[in-house]
Amino acid sequence: MNVRAVLAPVAVGVGALVLWEAFVRLGEVAPYVLPAPSAIFTELVENFGTITETGLASGTNTLVGLVVGTVCALLAALAATRFTGLGEVSMPLVAALNALPIIALAPILNNMFESTSSIPRRTVVALAVFFPVFLNTLRGLREVDPTHTELMDSYAAGPWAFNRHVRLPGALPFFFTGLRQASSLAVIAAVVSEYFGGLQDGLGSRITSAAANTAYPRAWAFVAGACVLGLLFYAAALAIERLATPWKRSAA
Amino acid sequence: MIELSGVTKVFNPGRPDEVPAVAAGDLRVGAGEFVSLIGPSGCGKSTLLRLIADLLPPTAGTVTVAGKPAAQARKERRYGMVFQKAGLFDWRTVRRNVELPLELRGTGRSERRARAQEMLELVGLSDFAGHYPAQLSGGMQQRVSIARALADAPPLLLMDEPFGALDEMTRERLQGELLRICAATGTTVVFVTHSIDEAVFLSGRVVVMSARPGRVTEVVEIPLGERNEAVRQAPEFFEAVTEVRRALRAPKSEEAPEAAESPKNTSVPAQLEAS
Repeated sequence: MNVRAVLAPVAVGVGALVLWEAFVRLGEVAPYVLPAPSAIFTELVENFGTITETGLASGTNTLVGLVVGTVCALLAALAATRFTGLGEVSMPLVAALNALPIIALAPILNNMFESTSSIPRRTVVALAVFFPVFLNTLRGLREVDPTHTELMDSYAAGPWAFNRHVRLPGALPFFFTGLRQASSLAVIAAVVSEYFGGLQDGLGSRITSAAANTAYPRAWAFVAGACVLGLLFYAAALAIERLATPWKRSAA
Repeated sequence: MIELSGVTKVFNPGRPDEVPAVAAGDLRVGAGEFVSLIGPSGCGKSTLLRLIADLLPPTAGTVTVAGKPAAQARKERRYGMVFQKAGLFDWRTVRRNVELPLELRGTGRSERRARAQEMLELVGLSDFAGHYPAQLSGGMQQRVSIARALADAPPLLLMDEPFGALDEMTRERLQGELLRICAATGTTVVFVTHSIDEAVFLSGRVVVMSARPGRVTEVVEIPLGERNEAVRQAPEFFEAVTEVRRALRAPKSEEAPEAAESPKNTSVPAQLEAS
């Protein structure tokens, strides 16, 4: 069963690559429309050093933004739970802000700082991360089983004990759902925000410059690098989640 | 162990949606007794239990638990509570769930562990100490919640339809186990149920309640002596069941014969005066 769970998607993936290759070669598709996987792979090998280097820069931006955004979202969610009035006011506001495409702020932020600053991209990432983490965590913090409330009341437990034993652990799965969503968004934000200027040392800048120079297979190679970066962050978030919520793993 | 005098509970008093939930008046439960509260749904039996537990304040009257006001008894954790839902913490192992009341009391780790082990042996789940609740069946989860309620060694156990969500076979097995556990620990029990069989099998006395406002209409003594599975087939058991059923169907007590028919709001002031 486990082997099948791994083999099936791999087989489908390889099959798709073969079909893609065949489609490009037999159909004589122009490379600016769609390059062949083999061409992309060649570029990937040739530019491996640059891809890792720029990937590292984008990865750092992602990580910093992810951490800052998550910490801010957690603090905000805790505050909104502690002060119910604040929660009531902030919920619709945050929902409205959430509808805003954060990436649209990138060019504005780029102009706010010097061109050598990494702050604009990291701010975009932090903003993109903030909303899913905040909304999910807040929902988790608010969703308390009434039986648990009565149980803790019957122990005459104070608010601190209640938060420590009931509210916070109960919100963990919700927080991690938010973090998983945020980890993918963070990579997208870090890469795409470079399309709009600012410091050009990440994957995004290479994708735009390669595409501008009609080096399409190279652009795709950097896109593949961004893919790997996204997967890395997602896998890391998943791994932390599994470590921190062992009861979810062992559920029958 | 428990004394209620002139207790009434009105939800949303003074508002249009005012609900007279309980007008129980007086009730006494002695130490070591097993008393069931039975009545139709909405008769306020769960509310009455929460008044004893001080999870709700009474509108009028006083509740005394173990010789102290109910609020103080709660603060001193003189009772353990078991709910219809097991209410275990998914994120804690079975052992750590049972340890919870001891942890809140500040008991040391090794003592906690030993006590939890003892309680889990009592409910027959010592092999599952390291499991998470999601890995257990509903009946097992409810046994864990009984172990948790008893971990603190409270003299009183308050149970709110604890076996209500379980299948009949599990329910009967747990009833036997509960009696054994209470006999072993000398715990007093107040047990809310809507099953006549369950109330008769478990209790020394069955407190029969009627709805709106919830009031005690009759207290039925169950003269069955030592309980075992054979009791379920005894003629005396069926006689007691018939007696409780009759009490449940009987018209309301003489003080307020029209209580059942009269609209909610008008019956409230009469009740408050009566208490």
